[in-house]
Amino acid sequence: MASQNGIGAAVKRKEDARFITGMGRYTDDLGAHGQTYAMFARSPHARAKIVNIDTAAAAATDGVVAVFTGADLKADGIGDLPCGWLVKSKDGSDMIQPPHPPIAVDAVNYVGEPFALVIGETLAAAKNGAEALSVDFEELPAVVDLASAARTAQIHETVPNNQCYDWELGDKAATDAAFEKAHHVTRMDIVNNRLIPNAIEPRAALGEYDAAAGSHTLHTTSQNPHLERLVLAAFVNVAPEAKLRVISPDVGGGFGSKIFVYAEETAVIWAAGKTRRPVKWTAERSESFLADAHGRDHVTHAELALAEDGEFLGLRVQTIANMGAYLSTFASSVPTYLYGTLMAGQYKTPAIYVEVQSLFTNTAPVDAYRGAGRPEATFVVERLVETAAREIGMDATDLRRRNFIQPTDFPYETPVALTYDTGDYEASLDKALAHVHYAAFAQRRDASEAAGKKRGIGFSCYIEACGLAPSQVAISLGAGVGLFEVGEVRVDVTGSVTVVTGSHSHGQSHETTFAQIISEKLGVPFENVTVLHGDTGRSDYALGTYGSRSLAVGGSAIVKATDKIIAKGKKIAAYMLDANADDVEFEDGSFNVTDSNQSLTFAEVAFAAYVPAKYPLDELEPGLSEKAFYDPPNFTYPAGAHVCEVEVDPETGVVEVVQFVAVDDFGNIVNPMVVEGQVHGGLAQGIGQALLEHGVYDDTGQLLSGSYMDYTMPRADDLPSFTVDTTTTPCTHNPLGVKGCGEAGAIGSTAAVINAVTDALGVASIAMPATPETVWRTARGE
Amino acid sequence: MEQAGEYRIPAVRKEVWRALNDPAVLARCLDGCRSMTPVGPDEFEADIGAKVGPVKATFAAAISLRDVVPLHSYRLQVRVKGGAAGFANGTAAVQLKEVDGGTATMLNYRIEGAIGGKLAQIGSRLVEGAARKMTARFFERFAADFASA
Repeated sequence: MASQNGIGAAVKRKEDARFITGMGRYTDDLGAHGQTYAMFARSPHARAKIVNIDTAAAAATDGVVAVFTGADLKADGIGDLPCGWLVKSKDGSDMIQPPHPPIAVDAVNYVGEPFALVIGETLAAAKNGAEALSVDFEELPAVVDLASAARTAQIHETVPNNQCYDWELGDKAATDAAFEKAHHVTRMDIVNNRLIPNAIEPRAALGEYDAAAGSHTLHTTSQNPHLERLVLAAFVNVAPEAKLRVISPDVGGGFGSKIFVYAEETAVIWAAGKTRRPVKWTAERSESFLADAHGRDHVTHAELALAEDGEFLGLRVQTIANMGAYLSTFASSVPTYLYGTLMAGQYKTPAIYVEVQSLFTNTAPVDAYRGAGRPEATFVVERLVETAAREIGMDATDLRRRNFIQPTDFPYETPVALTYDTGDYEASLDKALAHVHYAAFAQRRDASEAAGKKRGIGFSCYIEACGLAPSQVAISLGAGVGLFEVGEVRVDVTGSVTVVTGSHSHGQSHETTFAQIISEKLGVPFENVTVLHGDTGRSDYALGTYGSRSLAVGGSAIVKATDKIIAKGKKIAAYMLDANADDVEFEDGSFNVTDSNQSLTFAEVAFAAYVPAKYPLDELEPGLSEKAFYDPPNFTYPAGAHVCEVEVDPETGVVEVVQFVAVDDFGNIVNPMVVEGQVHGGLAQGIGQALLEHGVYDDTGQLLSGSYMDYTMPRADDLPSFTVDTTTTPCTHNPLGVKGCGEAGAIGSTAAVINAVTDALGVASIAMPATPETVWRTARGE
Repeated sequence: MEQAGEYRIPAVRKEVWRALNDPAVLARCLDGCRSMTPVGPDEFEADIGAKVGPVKATFAAAISLRDVVPLHSYRLQVRVKGGAAGFANGTAAVQLKEVDGGTATMLNYRIEGAIGGKLAQIGSRLVEGAARKMTARFFERFAADFASA
């Protein structure tokens, strides 16, 4: 049914009314009777032994309820924080996972690592208590530089050379052979700068223990409360799964950084049980900088082999990936299965070989951040391709066209383990070039030149793999969890609908888009659909939201449940209308008997299901509520073409992004306004990485970019008015034909910006972020 | 973080050396120093209140004199634990030389330091300037102490 608020409509977001009127309910808005406040004492050293912690003065401080150290948690049987993906090295050995106690016990390994927890009647009391802790650290030399981290001091006793794993993907011999016959080889050294996530809402947790029920409830800023519960129950031993409820209420942004199970909520929920008092913790922005998992941070050498006519023959990539001091929840998978597998990009490169060495350093843990591995892969591929075009004197778009996987090639099996189901890369590029008026670029460049400016244009034709799947493949590759999603559609007695999803919205608009799906499928008015999410007490076990999976995986589960509702509704309607169920059709919100004028509305059937007066109770259960689990058969493969045009002032080094065009193929689109918003946000982050953002540690492991004075977030005046458009090849293997749009902006844009800046300056490369100082120095040949 | 400099002090070297070893003089010359207590031979404890950018804290400093060559030189080691504000460590190598036929003394210093925790996270861009100012004021006052004596 072409519902006014159905699939494809730019419906205004249901969520916004409460968000923009201050009625959102975030973790920090919640309070519990008798609530206490937690303050974490954090290491000022990047690497030190903890010789002694004297807690006496802290415990005696006015208003302090309790002081806990890592030893207290350990003594109580609290386990280490685990990493959920086991990656194997080239030689078949398992990655090495150093112990990661939630609160440091014997040693601290990054600045900001918590070594004690002080609980106070007030936040001020907790802070005073933390201030009164007396700690003897024995400082040790810190390992900070990633490129040399395998050859310096050993951080963890169990991890020689600080190496977590040394992984490979692809056919080395075939790739080496491709390079043997290359006419031209483009070689690049690429650094992917460390980013700090900066969700608008800092992480927070409120832990409660109900002594009567013997159960724990944790409200926290998690993107996947079920995963949080599973880890806290099965690995950390806080409480049995059935006695632990995890609720993620409104959450203000995550970008991946809230997927992970962190020390703080672990300690908070444990301490609530210990003290028999509710314990609240909300990160201060300074803590977020130090202790949220950071993103990216790769050092890479990459080579592209080309034939004389520009055909790609082979790609070789060697990357060192920074894991930080400990393995965060999914850290190991990011530079491997979400990175190496993407190296084919949109091209028919026949031979690819990727090596990734992951190393520990005395810095904050690094894990998935918007795009997670795929921005890093896109940056490598698209910088190489653009540079190769310049080196062989070919137009960068022509070189791409020469190598694109063609629409007739699908399904296309890449040399790096993925099978793309569908796409039309040239269509996106064509549309992007039309928007950017590529043919007139030379004139614009001349005009800039005449004004003393340097203009450049850069492209990025990215691919991403979303909705990580299928479970069995992922588990065979080391994933510790399944990757399905659950959707439950509960039809109310009056015909309104409550949807319960295991996906979690922290900005993605599930309450709107999932209601649109229901409205479309069941003909129920959009206003009569309520979407519930983020509560282990409400939905079955599922995996939450990351990797642009909510619609492709979570939405598909909802569609499956909806199909069951319709099937049951047909049986009920058939009985009520004395017809054969096979003769009942469901259309426009009505059950109709074919070739008759007999029909029942959806609400009438729902009512009959709950007030079963005329109802086949001996054949059919009453009620109209269905649930479905959906395990995708493949990833989805959003792809697109991003074009960036910049104007550089060589006198000041300032880069102005004068045009940015993003043409994306997300498959079918449920709400174009929501999609556009997701793309805008992603572009801001991708452009931010290219020009502004940089997580910097000094050589002793002190975080220098630890506040907004030194870490530059993109602002509106750093960005142009984006031109965002789409092309559509529907996903072939999910019922909605959707692919996912959450990360694309951040995946495609960074390479386009740097390609444009290097084009403007006429240089081979430039370090990110391309700040005015860096650009100015590069322009002067420094 | 490194800085160096020299001051000409209008006093004989013996007097300057004596002052350099007098906790009362050191305390008077050091900005924000609330107390300086000897706790052993060439070991002192000091409470120093300092404000660096947005970070304001009282620091408990352990000060020790190392490599002491009487009348000639020492290294003054300062280790500061600032609680939640972080830490600061520094060493000042001080050398004295007679000038103007022994009527005055040239004091030469070289400082190396490191900071950590919140001080570094928020204050790193400010700390170097603050430390430079603190050092300059210290030696200004130290020299002025002699001028007025």
